[in-house]
Amino acid sequence: MANTQGMASSFKSELMQGVHALGPGTLTPARTIGVPDTVKAALYFATATLSAATTAYSATGEVGNSGSYAAGGSAVTMAVAPSTSGTTGIFTPSAGISYTGFSAAAFDCCLLYNSSQANRAISVHTFGTQTIVAGTFTLTMPANDAANALVRIA
Amino acid sequence: MIETIYGLQDETMLVKTTGNVDNEVESTNWVEYRNAAGELVHRSAHVTVKGAAVAASTVGSIG
Repeated sequence: MANTQGMASSFKSELMQGVHALGPGTLTPARTIGVPDTVKAALYFATATLSAATTAYSATGEVGNSGSYAAGGSAVTMAVAPSTSGTTGIFTPSAGISYTGFSAAAFDCCLLYNSSQANRAISVHTFGTQTIVAGTFTLTMPANDAANALVRIA
Repeated sequence: MIETIYGLQDETMLVKTTGNVDNEVESTNWVEYRNAAGELVHRSAHVTVKGAAVAASTVGSIG
């Protein structure tokens, strides 16, 4: 046997569950066991400039209130805990998001963010530019596995 | 009946168009309805996201 250097696969999913608080704790929030944060999904116009550099939710560039869409977007369903698939930490909301009676022109981006923790950004997801007119916009989540999960720490 | 910018309208009075996009970042199906004047009065879309946020991880050597 030989030792092999590497990041613990379990650590990758535990990071997403708030198990570890490394460093001096400057940003460590108070938590209650069994009480998850609320994660929301907000939609942005194609003219916005969200990226991996985005640190928090902002209303700048967000689509306007329309139908069932309200500023900030709606909470995503998180019935399935982050886990590992092979050596990859994975997380995918357990249900899609749907907005009805909705109208918005030229949007192409969804920001996942933690509304319980100062609206801190989690991930930015882009798709082809969509225009919805008095209709329904549905965002379906991919399979929750190492190849497809919405958030992956490889 | 279809929900439009003018309220509910009879589908038979509208021109329906559907389409889909399937690439590395999304699988999308859309439907739109236009009235006799060619005006877009309804459009819906169903997007399945494929473009995930992936972070690579590594650890450094000690010493």
